[in-house]
Amino acid sequence: MQSSDYDAIVVGSGISGGWAAKELTEKGLRVLLLERGRNVEHVKDYVNATKAPWQYAHRGGRTVAMEELYPVLKRDYPLNEKNLAFWVNDKESPYTEVKRFDWYRGYQVGGRSLMWGRQSYRLSDYDFTANAKEGVAIDWPIRYAELAPWYDHVERHAGIAGSRDGLPQLPDGQYQPAMPLNCAEEMVAGKIAKAFGGKRHLIPGRTANATKQLEGRNACQYRNACWLGCPFGAYFSTQSSTLPAAAKTGKLTLKPWSIVSEVLYDKDRKRATGVRVLDAVTEKSTDYTAKVVFLCASTLNTAWLLMRSATDVWPGGLGSSSGELGHNLMDHHFRCGAEGSIEGMDDKYYYGRRPTGFYIPRYRNLFGDKRDYLRGFGYQGSADRDGWSRAVNELGVGGDFKDAMALPGQWSVGATAFGEMLPNHANQISLDETKKDKWGLPVLKIDCATGENERLMRNDMIADMAEMLEQAGVKNVKTYDNQYFPGMGIHEMGTARMGRDPKTSVVNAHNQVWDAPNVFVTDGSCMTSTACQNPSLTYMALTARAADFAVNELNRRTL
Amino acid sequence: MSSDTHDDHLLNRREAIRRVSFMLGGVAFVGGTNLITACEQAPPPAQRAASPGQFSAEDIAYLDEIAETILPETKTPGAKAAKTGAFMALMVTDSYHPDEQRIFRDGMKQLDDASRKANNASFMASTPQQRLALLTQLDKEQKTLMDAREAAARRRQGLPPVAAAVDSEARKPAEPEKYLPDQRQEKAPGNQAGSGAAAVTADSTITPSEHPHYFRMMKELALLGYFTSEIGYTKAMRYIETPGRFDPCTPYTPGETAWAPHA
Repeated sequence: MQSSDYDAIVVGSGISGGWAAKELTEKGLRVLLLERGRNVEHVKDYVNATKAPWQYAHRGGRTVAMEELYPVLKRDYPLNEKNLAFWVNDKESPYTEVKRFDWYRGYQVGGRSLMWGRQSYRLSDYDFTANAKEGVAIDWPIRYAELAPWYDHVERHAGIAGSRDGLPQLPDGQYQPAMPLNCAEEMVAGKIAKAFGGKRHLIPGRTANATKQLEGRNACQYRNACWLGCPFGAYFSTQSSTLPAAAKTGKLTLKPWSIVSEVLYDKDRKRATGVRVLDAVTEKSTDYTAKVVFLCASTLNTAWLLMRSATDVWPGGLGSSSGELGHNLMDHHFRCGAEGSIEGMDDKYYYGRRPTGFYIPRYRNLFGDKRDYLRGFGYQGSADRDGWSRAVNELGVGGDFKDAMALPGQWSVGATAFGEMLPNHANQISLDETKKDKWGLPVLKIDCATGENERLMRNDMIADMAEMLEQAGVKNVKTYDNQYFPGMGIHEMGTARMGRDPKTSVVNAHNQVWDAPNVFVTDGSCMTSTACQNPSLTYMALTARAADFAVNELNRRTL
Repeated sequence: MSSDTHDDHLLNRREAIRRVSFMLGGVAFVGGTNLITACEQAPPPAQRAASPGQFSAEDIAYLDEIAETILPETKTPGAKAAKTGAFMALMVTDSYHPDEQRIFRDGMKQLDDASRKANNASFMASTPQQRLALLTQLDKEQKTLMDAREAAARRRQGLPPVAAAVDSEARKPAEPEKYLPDQRQEKAPGNQAGSGAAAVTADSTITPSEHPHYFRMMKELALLGYFTSEIGYTKAMRYIETPGRFDPCTPYTPGETAWAPHA
């Protein structure tokens, strides 16, 4: 075998890529970690992490100029003054929307691990078997038992704070102490448990914020400013967790500003030989060779890269022989739920800014429950005392008004549902040859919509929360549906799904591309269904499992 | 999606109203979606007016006095000490669209005219008592207008009045993100500091009649400017940069000020 520049190349340095780099280097491989954006050094480059709130000219808000520069980001919360540097420059990286699709990207070392919401939940066999049982799309090629040890493995290193609740639909993991519910949430939890006969559970959010020290990381200091980058390294990011572990091996080479334009493919050996890198600054191309390639560029970017690769063999790109590459794009639909106010607890408060809330795991279509739609949803929410902004809608001016508004207001509680979105072949991405990005690459065309199942599910997502709050004695219960468009969940999944059959899936049970077994896809693109749990923890576990498999295969010289 | 499709146009208007609702802070809880529907039936947008969004030192002194009347010095420093006038001007310049700038600018004149009519003196020449009486009146005026607009929008949609709207048929819009554990909460209008700023913009594709009353704009900017200032954080409220721990349940004694929100 000819010698390679590296043993392994990892494309993308976000949650999945960071894990691939850590696992592969720790197993002795020389790894080239490629990132299309700039470097962001841990702590040093968190330029706003210790800024006082009043030091932002617009106090964190947005300006007309920002809106003009960021036509996609402006659609939702990512456009803000505080961590704008962590979000993609929309103008440099456009895409085409056949239907509205909000694509919120982070193009830098660490990717979106710097700004993620940190909610970390395991999938269960209710999720892994659902497609097969219901005849939806294709079966997952793995079951929970195969992934469980890898969940254990990644949770221990990532540092997940959570409670052990013994729920089969939300398996317990290797947790640090949970960030507790506050007293209003405890009250609501108790009443919901009683009202629904122990079938619905309100538990502390399981979050990738360390509550105890880890190697090189301090415990959370309760600032709740995570997305600025944490000076204590308390939340899991590539920078705080996987990158230092990989660097410590002495086997890691990290190259920012490296856009992988294609995976290089040897059609005789039916193997990838490496990747072609387009320098994002100089725009010069360089080829790097390796024995294995891990694609962890994020769901849409990984599929986009595959579409540009081995097109001399398959016009649709590497992995397209199944007819499924780029298809089955999914997200979690959300932005609906209910809220209300809690009376009789005005003598209670809290101290510290907890960077998580509560979680209500799925209960629909489980344990004998049967609805007019498939699958289910979970809720994320919190209770807290209202702040000064309640003053805007209250009548009043003057000194008494001002002093009253500086006091904590009433307790409010609310929760937003996150619903599973079914896989659908028609939800797809493709190349738009008519439009190029800043680097001359044809952009992605995205055609994705929710369907009837999601529409029906939303009725319950809204009504159930109102019912639970009312049962808990919450007053002034109001429901809401603030409209959802695919992508807003920032949980893109699918486009290179795992499966048992090369005719219907892009990668196999070990995340190997069927047409190139030394190419592994372990980010969100490999998901065969979405479940309703936040997905990043599952990408971590799948990546660690695939890395272990890849190293074993390399040692057996079968790759 | 091209910018002139029907869907996109609707979308922009929805987005615009949503952000105006943000600007109105908590009013999104009672207004947002209904106003959105009302606006979809409105005629196409007028051309954007030329920007009037520059402010002189005199303008800022005037805004300072408006803000100080809304949020005067009490046992804690007032809006003027927190340089709220300059902040209001900056937000109007940088974050308001031209038609909103126009409403705000016209509002400055209308407020002064109202002062002259009521007190035979400009706002700047009025006594603190006269100023407070005038702004109390304007506050009632804006609240009545905004509430009436909300009620009318609900009627157009066949929804019951707000007071009766407690069943799920009358879905009162709110902001789900407020309750999310991650930074999605940043943009929620009912949330604490920073959220208002995140919201203080609006698209020009809405008709001026659907814009808030000028005094609503002033009040919101004054509140935002004051409570997110160093004085607001550290003197009006209590702020600890690094709390170091989370106590989920502590006693609260009446009169204790709020913990200021995250950085």
